[in-house]
Amino acid sequence: MIPVEFDYVKVTSIDQALAALKSGGEDAKVISGGQSLLPVLRLRMAAPSVLVDCGSIDEMIGVRDEGDSITIGAATTHHGVMSNALVQKHALLLAQATATVADPAIRHRGTTGGALAHADPAGDVPAAALALNTSFVIAGPGGRRTVAAKDFFLDYFTTAVGPDEILVSFSVPKCDWGSHYSKFSRTAQAWAIVGVAAVVNVQGGVIKEARIGLTNMAPTAVRASTVEAALVGASSPADITAAAMHAADGTRATSDLHAQADYREHLARVITARAVRAASGI
Amino acid sequence: MTAVLETDTAFGKPIRRKEDARLLHGQTNWADNIQLPGTVHMAILRSPMAHAKITKLDVSGALKQPGVVAAYGAKELGDLNGGVPCVWPVTDDIKMPAFPALAIDKVRQVGDCVAVVLGTSVAAAVDALDSIEVSYEQLPAVTNMEAALESGSALVHDEIETNACYVYKMPCGDYEASRAKADVVVAKRFINQRLIPTFMEPRSVVAAPMGMSDEITIWSSTQIPHVLRVLLALVTGIPENNLRVVAPDVGGGFGGKLQCYREEILVTNLAKKLGRPVKWTETRSENMVATHHGRDLIQDIEIAATKDGKILGLKVTLLANMGAYLQIITPGVPLLGMFMYPAIYKMDSYDFTCTGVFTNKTPTDAYRGAGRPEATYAIERIVDELAAEIGMEPMELRKKNWIKHDEFPFTTVAGLTYDTGNYEAATEKALAMFDYDGLRAEQAQRRASGDQVQLGIGISTYTEMCGLAPSRTLGALKYVAGGWEHCTVRALPTGKIEVVTGTSPHGQGHETAWSQIASSILGVPVEDIEVIHGDTGRAPYGMDTYGSRSLAVGGQAIKAASERLVEKARVIAAHQLECSASDLEFINGSFQVKGDPSKTQALGAVAFEAFTAHNLPPGVEPTLQGEATIDPGDFSYPHGTHLAAMEVDTETGQVKLRKYVCVDDVGLQVNPMIVTGQVHGGVAQGIAQALFEGAEYDDDGNLLTASLADYLIPSAADLPSFETGSTVTPSTTHPLGTKGVGEAGTIASTPAIINGIVDALRHLGVTEVAMPASPQTVWRTIQAAKGGAK
Repeated sequence: MIPVEFDYVKVTSIDQALAALKSGGEDAKVISGGQSLLPVLRLRMAAPSVLVDCGSIDEMIGVRDEGDSITIGAATTHHGVMSNALVQKHALLLAQATATVADPAIRHRGTTGGALAHADPAGDVPAAALALNTSFVIAGPGGRRTVAAKDFFLDYFTTAVGPDEILVSFSVPKCDWGSHYSKFSRTAQAWAIVGVAAVVNVQGGVIKEARIGLTNMAPTAVRASTVEAALVGASSPADITAAAMHAADGTRATSDLHAQADYREHLARVITARAVRAASGI
Repeated sequence: MTAVLETDTAFGKPIRRKEDARLLHGQTNWADNIQLPGTVHMAILRSPMAHAKITKLDVSGALKQPGVVAAYGAKELGDLNGGVPCVWPVTDDIKMPAFPALAIDKVRQVGDCVAVVLGTSVAAAVDALDSIEVSYEQLPAVTNMEAALESGSALVHDEIETNACYVYKMPCGDYEASRAKADVVVAKRFINQRLIPTFMEPRSVVAAPMGMSDEITIWSSTQIPHVLRVLLALVTGIPENNLRVVAPDVGGGFGGKLQCYREEILVTNLAKKLGRPVKWTETRSENMVATHHGRDLIQDIEIAATKDGKILGLKVTLLANMGAYLQIITPGVPLLGMFMYPAIYKMDSYDFTCTGVFTNKTPTDAYRGAGRPEATYAIERIVDELAAEIGMEPMELRKKNWIKHDEFPFTTVAGLTYDTGNYEAATEKALAMFDYDGLRAEQAQRRASGDQVQLGIGISTYTEMCGLAPSRTLGALKYVAGGWEHCTVRALPTGKIEVVTGTSPHGQGHETAWSQIASSILGVPVEDIEVIHGDTGRAPYGMDTYGSRSLAVGGQAIKAASERLVEKARVIAAHQLECSASDLEFINGSFQVKGDPSKTQALGAVAFEAFTAHNLPPGVEPTLQGEATIDPGDFSYPHGTHLAAMEVDTETGQVKLRKYVCVDDVGLQVNPMIVTGQVHGGVAQGIAQALFEGAEYDDDGNLLTASLADYLIPSAADLPSFETGSTVTPSTTHPLGTKGVGEAGTIASTPAIINGIVDALRHLGVTEVAMPASPQTVWRTIQAAKGGAK
């Protein structure tokens, strides 16, 4: 299909972007890689009056070492993120999750910040961002603010980023724990039926702490906090399997063509155990 | 045949496809690339409902929109609202309801065309669709074939007072007698699900009045330019000699472009009415609902056998989903499968019944294999279930019942005579490549240890009928066309060759393969041969491309036309060389006087003599060409053995293919590289039916899998590296010894996968897995077998 007619503004600074969003009003929409937005426009499921292209704002591209954390510009492509040495060293889980997004062509155009702001419950990156305690820098008319991961994802395709705001970057505290992202999907390019993002701190063969993010088990990515608590002290595959039995606790899995809710819940338990075992080496 | 093979020619060489550079770079004339001055673009308002009365339709609002040239509903279109034709009335009493291009008063499928807007740009036309006022009164949708046949069901077509389109029966022998004699009768119901032929290039059609004559030229992304020309002439009333249909390079079809679509009728009629070029290219969303679908059968299969595994008889009872309307060969597709249910097996009786059923879904029609994949799936599945029932190794059961290589030619219980085959040889080779015994040992070990991942081994020993088709046979089946093919081979004055054929490729590599055939006969290098195809203006006669016929039938015509050219050239050369024609040998593109190698004349020189005509023998006409129209003597019958090994994760239900071995016997191979490519693509598409693809509707007749996000087609990342091999048993009914390969992989692979999944789980009590065998489906099947049914 052909999108409904819209205006297009390409900006090169955050200030320009905010000004363009303001003048565009509530129908203005930010675009960078366009890999989620353009299909929506072509299917005429959305009809923004103006697209503000933030894909060329220098500040929003690239990865910086900030000492205790790394900061990733929101318009850095998936490929740029997954192949970045800082990400691979300090936020491996993010690289692992990003590497499962769609296919190489999409990963070279689509941006990780865009995927986070899009907040598709079946998207792979939000669960990893949750597990890594990511924080988000949002610029708006009133200046900049930082939002913690737990406060960022609000609902289906809804985040703390307001219509007159823009996600500038996100920061990941450096994490050298074992990590794994396990994506269960029907084809390599399909969305996750369930995904599990796990980082696990293992000392002397015993799990000291674990953080687990779940993909597609609720209207947003969620933490499997009951599993995280149950994993503390786990030292055997049986311990992990037992802890993972809580993976669906408190989730709100939906039913669709590829999986009914009960099957999703079952998968969450199985895949969580596998992801934690892979991350922990236990 | 022997002349081709005895010399070192291009025939049989794995030559790189000469058409690939332009196809892979997209630097070619796809229909949508054709830009004519003054073109208007058509956009279509489609029904969002499966079954509804159109209570209001007013297109006048669209006419007021910028850039809009015209807008029509059925009423405004009047006589130009042509009906989509069906050319295969399979029985005398078949119900053939009208299928107007634009729906009249009622819509019967999601995607039915309700109105069209023509604008100076695609955007203008699409935007103006919103200004059409339309309202519907929803009617109950007919979505379930069995319910559709019950009295009191809502009717798809009120005027025919039933949802039954036809009942076709073919009793062969006395099945009831076989059943009475049998120790074992196994009955199963298989659902051969609905599929969408997901070709890469969407449909696109441009029609343009050509100005200097009454001719209208139609460029369409079609498999059938010649048949389309005839049908468009009949439907539109435009004289056939004023229509030229061109299939430019076509990006895939799989049968989905074997059609005379309503959009092609609309574009043609509107180009004539408006006197300017009209163009329409479908979106992928339109493609999913409005391109014809494939498969969609309920198959009740019963097999009768002795307890030691001798098959006695087979009973096949089908419900075939026609969808909302009949398109070009909708009713006939199950009959293309009808002959193949007995497959490679000997038996006393076979009873076939098929009921065609109307529903409020997209019409079905030919999709890669058309009838034969369905038949092969059913027989190969039921043979496995029979083996399990009597406790026999499934390959041993097959060996016990198949036609042995020294029994050919063999007339099957269904009445076909298979010319050649060697199932033993193909199977032996496949088993060796597969390490069958080693995998069986691993399977036993995994079962014994209760491994969470079980190993399955799936077998498919298939045959098929292709090379469509002997015209006489098609006539007997009430198909309203022949199955011959035409070719003209011209030697141009400079010695270059034009091969003009009535069949045309849509990605298969025929330009190369056909050139190889002509090259091997004419002794002219492949690169000096230009193949001209897909254009009724340049190739006046043809029956086009489907049913694995372009090489098997089209190749025969190229061979015959090339040989006729050589015979004419021989007479001219003899005159030039002052000898008798019978004294000439034709070697590597040159005539040579036997016993005197100094006296030669190259074919190119003969072509020049024929062109100048200064010194031709008496009675010989100028120009050098050969022409042939060949009606094949019979179908051809490729066969082979496919073996699949897969790991089934019993915790998640996920199936991971580990190994896929296939040995196909497609007769002599003109280009083994192209053959292998066809097998790869075909196998992938058959696996896709088994594991990934399925068009699903809700009870209101909405297509749920209406995008490629939900209708899953696998990529290379989802498939193992196929291990292909071949045996060569030349066809004796086809002069080239070839059989056809376009559909073989698709026909063979689906049952191999499902047989493998059932094999992996049989010890858990699983005897059937529905297609597509998604992880959830497999997991639920395991749960149900365990007694924890969900």
